[in-house]
Amino acid sequence: MKEIIQDRLNVNRRHFLGKAAVGIGSLALGSLLVPDLFSGKADEAGLPLGLPHFAPKAKRIIYLFQNGAPSQLESFDYKPALIQMAGQDLPESIRGGQRLTGMTSGQKSFPLVGSKFAFQQYGASGAWISELFPHIASIADDICIVRSMHTEAINHDPALTFMQTGAQQGNRPSMGAWLSYGLGSENQNLPAFCVLLSRGKGNGQGVYSKLWSNGFLDATHQGVLFSSGDNPVLYLNDRDGVDRRAMLDKLSELNHLGFEESGDPDVIAKIAQYEMAYRMQTAVPELTDLSREPDHIIKMYGPDCLMPGTYAANALLARKLSESGVRFIQLYHQGWDQHDNLPGEMVGQARDVDRASAALIKDLKQRGLLDETLVIWGGEFGRTNYCQGNFTRDNYGRDHHPRAYSIWMAGGGVKPGVVYGETDELGYNIVKDPVHINDFHATVLRLCGLDHEKLVYKHLGRRYRLTDVAGKVVPGILA
Amino acid sequence: MRIGYLLWVLAAWATWSCRQENRLTDNSGEVDYNYHVRPILSDKCFKCHGPDANTREAGLRLDTPEGAYAALKDNPHARALVPGSPKTSEIYLRITTKDMAQRMPPVEANLNLSDEEIWIIRKWIEQGGKYKPHWAFIPPQKTELPGADGGWVRNAIDHFAYSRMRSAGLKPAEEAGKEALLKRVSLDLTGLPPSVEMQERFLKDKRPDAYEKIVDELLKSRHYGEQMALDWMDVARYADSHGYQDDGLRTMWPWRDWVIHAFNQNYSYKKFVTYQLAGDLIKDRSTESILATGFNRNHKITQEGGVIDEEYRSEYVTDRTNTFGKAFLSLTFECAKCHDHKYDPISQKDYFRTYAFFNQVPEKGLFGTIDASFADPPNLKIGREEINGILNFIHKKDTADVYVMVMKDSAGLRKTHLFERGNYDTPGVEVTPGLPEQVLPFDVSRYGNNREGLVKWMFAPENPLTARVWVNRLWARFFGRGIVATTGDFGMQGDLPTHPELLDWLAVDFREHHWDIKRLVKMMVTSATYRQSSKVTRKHLEKDPQNRYLARSSRTRLKAELVRDLALSSSGLLNLDIGGPSIKPYQPEGIWEKSTSGRGSLARYVQDEGADLYRRGMYVFIKRTVPPPNMLIFDASNRDQCEVNRLSTNTPLQALVMLNDPVILEASRVLAQKMADRPSEIALREAFRRIICREPDPRELKLLTGFLEQETARLRKLKKPDLLKVGEYRDFPVKEYEKTVALMYTIQMIYNMEEAIVRI
Repeated sequence: MKEIIQDRLNVNRRHFLGKAAVGIGSLALGSLLVPDLFSGKADEAGLPLGLPHFAPKAKRIIYLFQNGAPSQLESFDYKPALIQMAGQDLPESIRGGQRLTGMTSGQKSFPLVGSKFAFQQYGASGAWISELFPHIASIADDICIVRSMHTEAINHDPALTFMQTGAQQGNRPSMGAWLSYGLGSENQNLPAFCVLLSRGKGNGQGVYSKLWSNGFLDATHQGVLFSSGDNPVLYLNDRDGVDRRAMLDKLSELNHLGFEESGDPDVIAKIAQYEMAYRMQTAVPELTDLSREPDHIIKMYGPDCLMPGTYAANALLARKLSESGVRFIQLYHQGWDQHDNLPGEMVGQARDVDRASAALIKDLKQRGLLDETLVIWGGEFGRTNYCQGNFTRDNYGRDHHPRAYSIWMAGGGVKPGVVYGETDELGYNIVKDPVHINDFHATVLRLCGLDHEKLVYKHLGRRYRLTDVAGKVVPGILA
Repeated sequence: MRIGYLLWVLAAWATWSCRQENRLTDNSGEVDYNYHVRPILSDKCFKCHGPDANTREAGLRLDTPEGAYAALKDNPHARALVPGSPKTSEIYLRITTKDMAQRMPPVEANLNLSDEEIWIIRKWIEQGGKYKPHWAFIPPQKTELPGADGGWVRNAIDHFAYSRMRSAGLKPAEEAGKEALLKRVSLDLTGLPPSVEMQERFLKDKRPDAYEKIVDELLKSRHYGEQMALDWMDVARYADSHGYQDDGLRTMWPWRDWVIHAFNQNYSYKKFVTYQLAGDLIKDRSTESILATGFNRNHKITQEGGVIDEEYRSEYVTDRTNTFGKAFLSLTFECAKCHDHKYDPISQKDYFRTYAFFNQVPEKGLFGTIDASFADPPNLKIGREEINGILNFIHKKDTADVYVMVMKDSAGLRKTHLFERGNYDTPGVEVTPGLPEQVLPFDVSRYGNNREGLVKWMFAPENPLTARVWVNRLWARFFGRGIVATTGDFGMQGDLPTHPELLDWLAVDFREHHWDIKRLVKMMVTSATYRQSSKVTRKHLEKDPQNRYLARSSRTRLKAELVRDLALSSSGLLNLDIGGPSIKPYQPEGIWEKSTSGRGSLARYVQDEGADLYRRGMYVFIKRTVPPPNMLIFDASNRDQCEVNRLSTNTPLQALVMLNDPVILEASRVLAQKMADRPSEIALREAFRRIICREPDPRELKLLTGFLEQETARLRKLKKPDLLKVGEYRDFPVKEYEKTVALMYTIQMIYNMEEAIVRI
């Protein structure tokens, strides 16, 4: 079990098979699609056997990223003490030297502030969930809430980058790229890693293409931006009047003549890429057309799902892509950065995502797909238990907080109906079962049947991992 | 399935035999430490038994002979390495033992030694277990030119290439045809395809030095500077925005114009580097040399309110340090920031001594939030006076002042501390400016303790890396891969040179000839090695699929920027202006808007109009968080950090760009309209020559005319109006609408031929 990946993809598949296998373009070598690891035909493309490292539970991942960092204190980490102690200063003993962002470092006091929204217990586990998320509350028995996530970054860019690539700085492959690389693709007509963007009305932070970058991996592992609506993939749509098939047939003849002349197997690989592009042109519009979904599905996700570019539309599209075998679907919903006006903005943000997030879980479940699809919901860090800026009875804001935040996961081998980890009564520090980002990544890979210490890629002399040099699988959340 | 298996076997065999052949390069049966042994030790052992003292296991160090020959700390009767005796050498015993608790590398390392590797270690010990210094740290020396076929060789390069390919059982390929050669050298030296006029002229020129004359012409072209600057933009991580989340506008483009100017003026490599690294400190500094120091300010800068100032300031210094290591020395400095380097002799202290050079800038981590400034201080104001005078190479239409970030050292040395575990908020011991001793000791009294001293150290005759690194990087652009394939890593984990003597000869020659870049370029492109045909034969595929031994020329796909240039140039749309503010061409709607934070002038994409739509690819605006998608799809850099080697991939998304990007469609339309009234065959021939840069052969021409007729007939039936409405370039009136549309589709098909975007 060594160097699996490096040899497998770079030497064998690209350089040798690509070059030596003249005339077998039908095998679609060097395509956007890495052969499917789970098909049992790994040897066909020259892949050493031995992957996966474990029996995989999750075959696909849908990551519902809440970009900007939603407050855990108004969602999944109920802290009644904060309500009682509202207005009192955060004791230095609890802050414990935590560095502050430049936004609150000048603040004279750090008045604690409790959630303006009521909490209630749901499901067999009795998970506390705020009134902002009634639909997610209704699936409490299907999800595992982790209240003890922590990170080192306190600013958006490094924190997002950390969450998505396993390192705060640098141009490393994102989770989706690692999964595409490690597991390959299930569908010959679609990329293994797709990205969907949406934006709420709350204070927003940008997203960047580096978050779905292939880093130093082959560009075949780059996330491909998808959207619902008329132009689902950039440059996919042909213009009116074009007969693409006729053109590609003639082009293939021309390229075969070119191959006779140059003898370069890359020409054959190129022909295969054009065929793959054509298959995408045929398959994608059908897949991204949400208008033909039955009424009961539309009702589940809510009427927004028929409006291209909304979170609801993306959640539904994510289900369809996943169902079609896309390995990793990354959603980003922007607008979760509530430094001020938190109560007002969170209502809108939660309304955008609550129903569709829950619908996705129910939809996957009714299709029997939840067991093999891992769904993740969460942001890049948490928010402070004290108020940023002016604290009034009705209004407050919260700054960035790296020490503790909440996410939830469902399906794909995650223990359902569980609340994992715990913070202190003021919600500032973790007191039980901390989960670092590296641990989170190790666990996600484990659910997909991969050992995070063995999924490596050697680049500029160093073996890189998604988990960098740390990370431990969290057994407590495995089913 | 069966075929698949056979192929797998073939591939596995090819990999093994290739390695075997590589390892046992000389026929004496002598195992060489640098070429055979060290790659194994470095890759499998040094992580725990190497330079990093903090993670060294059992006190054993295998990267130095003293360490390996010494008595073991936990067993003084044994030694790791007993020259001549594998059976008493712990190294050998531990890699071969069946006892998994004793076995090295340990199971949990997920590393294995192959039988072949074990064999090499045994041989090496039997033959005396001798160490040698790392090749890249020994100053290069010129060796005698190896003998070669006198009828084939044209210059020194060919002697080395010939001897190497012969030892690999290969012979030189025939010289490329004139059309192929012209396309190759024109793309390599200017990034543009040769015009039909130039093709005609070259084909007609029967003089023996016709090719040299074309090379001279291209080297004099002002597009030479652009083409040379293109790679440097990746190295320098040039961009038009600050990066990080808000990603506001910055104005570094005058620096980019300087780079083009420097190459066109053929500044020596020494001057080129000195200006960029120390142009603010040298004795004869000028506004121009200060502008050149913008190189070290091209890194990302945050505008995120709320960041900790010192954290980001140290991030910028880190970026400069890493970039310096990678760009000029091809060393992975960044690996030594948090701990001693695991493989190379760069200690964490060395890292921070280098860091100290770049730690003297009076700058802030957060100067202000978005649009506070397009050029955070220290900066250089460039007004009308400069542009009319010393900086007349800057392409600026308006008269407003423009500010460019540049380097400056504060008065008095800022203290630099090593950061424990690389964290800015845990400073350790204080360090003074310096550089890795094992590359070349840094003598402060000789060099001085600022960036000017650093440049003097780089260009000291005994510096083993400076010349090699640049020569190798130029080589890679003309021959498809570097003599050292890892152009960014000359360290222990990097690839070994395929032609070490050639690399050294070129490096010394380059230095002896005053670091003259054009002279070196000319030597490369006029060599017989460069002029070979790129046709791939079965023998090539069997013996050398990757073309390591240069018995042919390499076919390489054009870079993202040049794909655009090809379309614009061949259709006559290209705006040949050089330099100036970056431009915003066609881009699919909503890309910036979807991912922006909503703040600043770059929240919305405002497309340019008119002539600016037809500027070269290197002038396309790069917003770091959302780089131009059609370029990223063709492997362009996002300019996040210094890059010395772009990947070259082949994906269906690239096919989609060629099929539906308005740049390609508009080029096809304009070309079709311009030629619509000519007879079909003549029009197609002309288009083919403009795009593919050669005459079509009869079979190709038949396919093209056949498609044109077929499409004309189909379109006449289809009766769809407005199919020529693509792009903003003016319409040319045509007589036959359907035929023109069909011609446009046929021309677009030519653009989609594999050969179109390949430098053959």
